[in-house]
Amino acid sequence: MSPRQTRFAWLAGGLVVLSLMSFFIVQALRENMVFFYTPTEIQAGEVTPGQYVRIGGLVAPASVQRQPDGVTVHFAITDNGVALPVSYRGILPDLFQEGKGAVAQGRWDGERFTANEVLAKHDENYMPAEAQEALDRHEARGLTLVVEP
Amino acid sequence: MWVELGHFCLILASVLTLFCGLAGLIGGIQQINSLLAPVRMATLLIAVLLAASFAALTQAFVADDFSVRYVASHSNSLLPLFYKVAAVWGGHEGSLLLWGLMLSFWAAAVSLLSHGLPERLQMLVPAVLALLGLGFLLFILLTSNPFERLNPVPIDGADLNPLLQDIGLVAHPPFLYLGYVGFSVAFAFAIAALITGQLDAAWAKFSRPWTVAAWVFLTIGILLGSMWAYYELGWGGWWFWDPVENASFMPWIAGTALIHSLAVAEKRGVFKHWTVLLAISAFSLSLLGTFLVRSGVLTSVHAFATDPARGSFILAFLALVVGAALALYAWRAPALAQSVRFTWLSREASLLLNNVFLVAACAAVFIGTLFPLLMDALGGGKFSVGPPYFNRVLTPLWLALLFFLSIAPSLHWRENKWVRFARRSYICWAAALLLGALTPLLFGEWRWGVALALALAWGVLLAAAQDIVQRLRNTGRGLSWGQALRRQPRAFIGMHLAHIGLAVFAMGATVVTAYETEYDAVIMPRETLTLGEHQVTFQNLQGFVGPNYEALIGHFRIADENGRVMGLLRPEKRQYVSGGEPMTEAAIMRNFLGDIYISLGEMQGSDRATSGWLIRLYTKPLMGWVWAGCLFMVLGGGLAMTDPRYRRRKVKEKAEHPGSAPAYRPTYSEPPKETA
Repeated sequence: MSPRQTRFAWLAGGLVVLSLMSFFIVQALRENMVFFYTPTEIQAGEVTPGQYVRIGGLVAPASVQRQPDGVTVHFAITDNGVALPVSYRGILPDLFQEGKGAVAQGRWDGERFTANEVLAKHDENYMPAEAQEALDRHEARGLTLVVEP
Repeated sequence: MWVELGHFCLILASVLTLFCGLAGLIGGIQQINSLLAPVRMATLLIAVLLAASFAALTQAFVADDFSVRYVASHSNSLLPLFYKVAAVWGGHEGSLLLWGLMLSFWAAAVSLLSHGLPERLQMLVPAVLALLGLGFLLFILLTSNPFERLNPVPIDGADLNPLLQDIGLVAHPPFLYLGYVGFSVAFAFAIAALITGQLDAAWAKFSRPWTVAAWVFLTIGILLGSMWAYYELGWGGWWFWDPVENASFMPWIAGTALIHSLAVAEKRGVFKHWTVLLAISAFSLSLLGTFLVRSGVLTSVHAFATDPARGSFILAFLALVVGAALALYAWRAPALAQSVRFTWLSREASLLLNNVFLVAACAAVFIGTLFPLLMDALGGGKFSVGPPYFNRVLTPLWLALLFFLSIAPSLHWRENKWVRFARRSYICWAAALLLGALTPLLFGEWRWGVALALALAWGVLLAAAQDIVQRLRNTGRGLSWGQALRRQPRAFIGMHLAHIGLAVFAMGATVVTAYETEYDAVIMPRETLTLGEHQVTFQNLQGFVGPNYEALIGHFRIADENGRVMGLLRPEKRQYVSGGEPMTEAAIMRNFLGDIYISLGEMQGSDRATSGWLIRLYTKPLMGWVWAGCLFMVLGGGLAMTDPRYRRRKVKEKAEHPGSAPAYRPTYSEPPKETA
């Protein structure tokens, strides 16, 4: 092969590899994205039941209840508008507390959010970004409601 | 006063970095060798000044000087001395100062150990490092000054985040930083080589030990962080694909690729462009990691404060460094020709594949980490990408890497005869397939995916072992095995040790991911529960008072199925005096074939004597192998970088014939004589 042909072969090979890779990466990304919703949005039916999503907000005060089996726990996550009932099996993170921010990942069945992962903040001083986001979105909605009429 | 002195040293050091950078650049470009001594002196002085500055800050912590804002917000008079010192880098400002200190140490080390280099490089490399240092010192002085005073002075400090009060985490940041910052040396060598236009085997040879050193430290840093997450967070996980972890993993992958392509660039003179780009990317990814972690874009234990000024400064710095480096590359690259040929069944080709897969993996991690952030910033919706994405994209890439790694050691440079190669390898492959098929039976249900991954890992292990044995046989006639082994070059042993480490890691990671079990259960005092293959007895609960915390310690006896006692586990629940929520300290029984892990949930009542506890029990088969594999990689890297070969001063020849780069080239571009 002449140098020009060699170079062309390299280039073509590289392009094929690159496009294959991007295809698989994008495919995997599309299938594994977990979208974030606020409790209000979930209550409003923006999520199809069974879809794996992430929610955030504050753990509603006085909502944490251990079930008789001792392992399952029920609590509610609120964005100060809607308090969404959540159930979770297992040990909650150390920094999980009523009135503090939390993020949960799981599925909404139309009545209850079954979380298989609960994240709390890492540090007393900061809110999980997504918990804050839920409160902000609710506040923004509240403001627009006030402004519109 | 010490605090002001520290601040002053910091300012002085940043002025010196400017001088050192300019003098080195001018000296290197104009070939003014009289500037070499001042540059070298300045480099050492910067390191001394930053060490003094760091010492002053440490002194403020040890002396509980809460008039310093940074001390007041990260320490507490009750904190044990050990953690007071560690608290120096427990926050944003101090950890940046540590970063700057590390950079100056690397520059000083290069300057002290590189007397064999051509004078131009001896000026250019410290100059590039000094300019990088200038950026960081300005960042510290302008946006995150650790020496800022606080008025009024609080009576006591706010305390170090209890999560950080742990021996593993004390060592984690310094090692991680040594690694991150260490890639700046490879970066500086690449920039210097681009400026001088001598991107030759000598350049690759100089870069290699430094790159491996940085890689070793980064590996230790990641290992410590992962081990910490494993026992401290109480979730039994060791890698979460958290953006912060990815931020350290991306430079690690790029660094691994760089180590391998530098080897080819040195031995065979090919992949030079590629290597330069990798050197630039490894360091850029380190900077990106700093940006991600320190800017507050991500919320985690690592993000200390959200200050947009800091984020934009690092982003601007990152853009400047990457932009300048790539512009220089675009300008100088056409001058770098390469004409060495190789065939597809050769070591070059297998290392090329290694690089392709590593870079692909790095790109996949990059996209998975940054795409959600980017979409969020652009208002494209909030979503996250979790472990399923990373596992799905990366598993095939890792498997392919393992497969080629099981082939590569038995290939020579340039070309190989397929028949000879196959004859050498087929026993290895057969044994690997057999072992891979059998190993899963030790741990549980047989699955073909697990068997495949284990077979490939066994293949890597056996190929490395075969190559070592063959080499010993060929070179050590009449010697005992031990003697022959000691005669081998350290780089050779180091390479195989690191590859064996990867195989051990892969086995551990595969088995623990496939066969770990997890039980949540409520257990009453003096009750025995059967959880899976283990019987757990809750013996009693003990109160304990530590230096700055109070703890409840549960005593759990673990027995196997037949009731034979395996040991006692004591997980804790701690309440730190400075406030905050209780912390969980997991207890782990570590065995060769796996760990047993218990963490305490919450008490199911109010009476400490009679209440049950929610506990979580994990069994983690081969968990120790994950850590051991990383340790082997670290040891292998350590051996390779101390190979005496790198210390020989062959370059002296060149200094005697200035401008005759091609004249000494053949010394390096010949492939090393294979003994087979």
